[in-house]
Amino acid sequence: MTQNTAVEARHAVKAFGQGDNAVRALDDVSIEIRKGEFFTLLGPSGCGKTTLLRLIAGFEMPTSGTILLDGQDITYLPPNQRPVNTVFQSYALFPHLTVAQNVGFGLQMQGRPKAEVKETVARMLALVKLEPMANRKTSQLSGGQQQRVALARALAPKPKVLLLDEPLSALDLKLRKEMQIELKRLQTETGITFVFVTHDQEEALTMSDRIGVMSAGKLQQIGAPKDIYTRPVNRFVASFIGETNFLPATAEAGAARLATGDLIDLPGLAGSGHVTVTVRPEQVRLVETTDPGAIAATVKSMVYFGTDTHCYMALKDGTEVVARLQSPATGEAGLQQGQQVGLRFAPGAAQIVED
Amino acid sequence: MATKTFSVAKLPGFTTTAIIVFIALYLPIFTLVAYSFNASQSVAVWGGFSWDWYGKAWANDQVKDATLRSLIIAVSAALISTAVATMAALGTTRRKAFKGQTFIYVMINQPLMVPEIVTAVALLIMFGIIKQATGIQGLGYVIFAHAAFCIPFAYLPIRARLEGMDLSLETAAADLYATPWQTFRHVTLPLLLPGVIAGAMLAFVISLDDVVITEFVKSGGQDTLPTYMLGQMRRQLTPEINAISSMLLALTVVLLTAFFLLTRKND
Repeated sequence: MTQNTAVEARHAVKAFGQGDNAVRALDDVSIEIRKGEFFTLLGPSGCGKTTLLRLIAGFEMPTSGTILLDGQDITYLPPNQRPVNTVFQSYALFPHLTVAQNVGFGLQMQGRPKAEVKETVARMLALVKLEPMANRKTSQLSGGQQQRVALARALAPKPKVLLLDEPLSALDLKLRKEMQIELKRLQTETGITFVFVTHDQEEALTMSDRIGVMSAGKLQQIGAPKDIYTRPVNRFVASFIGETNFLPATAEAGAARLATGDLIDLPGLAGSGHVTVTVRPEQVRLVETTDPGAIAATVKSMVYFGTDTHCYMALKDGTEVVARLQSPATGEAGLQQGQQVGLRFAPGAAQIVED
Repeated sequence: MATKTFSVAKLPGFTTTAIIVFIALYLPIFTLVAYSFNASQSVAVWGGFSWDWYGKAWANDQVKDATLRSLIIAVSAALISTAVATMAALGTTRRKAFKGQTFIYVMINQPLMVPEIVTAVALLIMFGIIKQATGIQGLGYVIFAHAAFCIPFAYLPIRARLEGMDLSLETAAADLYATPWQTFRHVTLPLLLPGVIAGAMLAFVISLDDVVITEFVKSGGQDTLPTYMLGQMRRQLTPEINAISSMLLALTVVLLTAFFLLTRKND
């Protein structure tokens, strides 16, 4: 725990059910989220990311472990006593109140003076560009506008941490892209710590300062988007974030030997035994078969994606490898099914991952 | 017809059946209202148009007395039963499922199934014992009895409304610093209100027209409008009864319309 930590979970465990049937939605998770950062909890559904968010919000109590906010133990504090606000997946706007009343709800419950509530509501509505809608009922708004009201409502009481539970999942693609930019802008302008939950890896990569990747109730890796993408610690993280190739190999001093006999340089690798090498498809280069150090492969199929073309290949031992090639101007990559090619990996692109 | 979907409305004889059903439902009521304007003494022989019976009913002290008592009982019973039913509905929906939940649900609604005459006799006996023991008299017994049998009627619409409510709204209120009481006051109750009003109106109408239980539980001089009308029938039948019934009907229609408009506006 440092001065710089906004929220911290220590050995948080949340089990649902009793005895042998108990399911650990959260299995000994410890995490420190820094002040003012945009932190994303990323993982497939059921990985425990929403449970962790609900523990921070106070909607659930952990089976064991501690939640700290600004260094204070808030584990068993009810939600209304935590200076933390949530943007819900369903927005949960109050249908009997106007947009302005929704935004002012938190301040009103805190018993702030009327003038202050009015002033803050006006400022919040300006921040999310909804001033003309102040006196509308929330049911009269579009999905994107409701999303903005939910944001303004959660930001109005100036929480120490803003929790966002997959807030963009109900929006269509175009609106979602706009809201991603909007959210990032709001976070920068307000300086509030955002904890954002999503299953969308692209969303996580583009918006976050740091990402915590979760799976099966455990935190797999924490790091900046670049670190997570280029240095995944295990097979799950590597495959959940972007596409990748996995190549079974045997460890040697400073290199890994593939089943085909080809050697991949991996400085620092030592020991022996089975390892898994991973390489991102965009780091796979196609070269002449005669190129020294090239790995022989056979083209299986080509898939055109517009900006790039995916080339699916098989090594001599049958291991599949995909390369993402920039599409040429003509759209024709000039490769045929069954063609023999050579592969090289960009320097430093090959990684060892835990299984 | 492009598609051959089954529709009851297309069956032969549907229109005829519908007309017959509506006649059976509304012709007696229409006749009752029409004959309340009968100038003759008979409830069955038309003797020309007149407002006389409304005037007579209005001037009748016994009718006024019984009406006032009916309203006092119905308003009290509606308020008490709605308050209890609201708490019961909150208690049976706003918490995790507990052992015996179905049993309690059945217990709350059982009065709807128990023959009214059984409840009436039971209350008569129980109140008799209490009166004997305490010597306390008064309208309280009738109000208590009405409030009790109105609870399930008030409970059903309130529970239905609660079950249809998005639970995340209450979570959101708690997240926005509302205490449990503030959450109830500012979120749950306003959203529940149409259900509460519906429950209260249903309880009011059920109480207003109750005969069986009132007849058993009331003491001398505690006639409500329906029991007074029943008493009149035993002596002589004049269109005054029609006039009183028509006014009761008008009150009900006004209440129902008001409720309809209220709930539609809220949604």
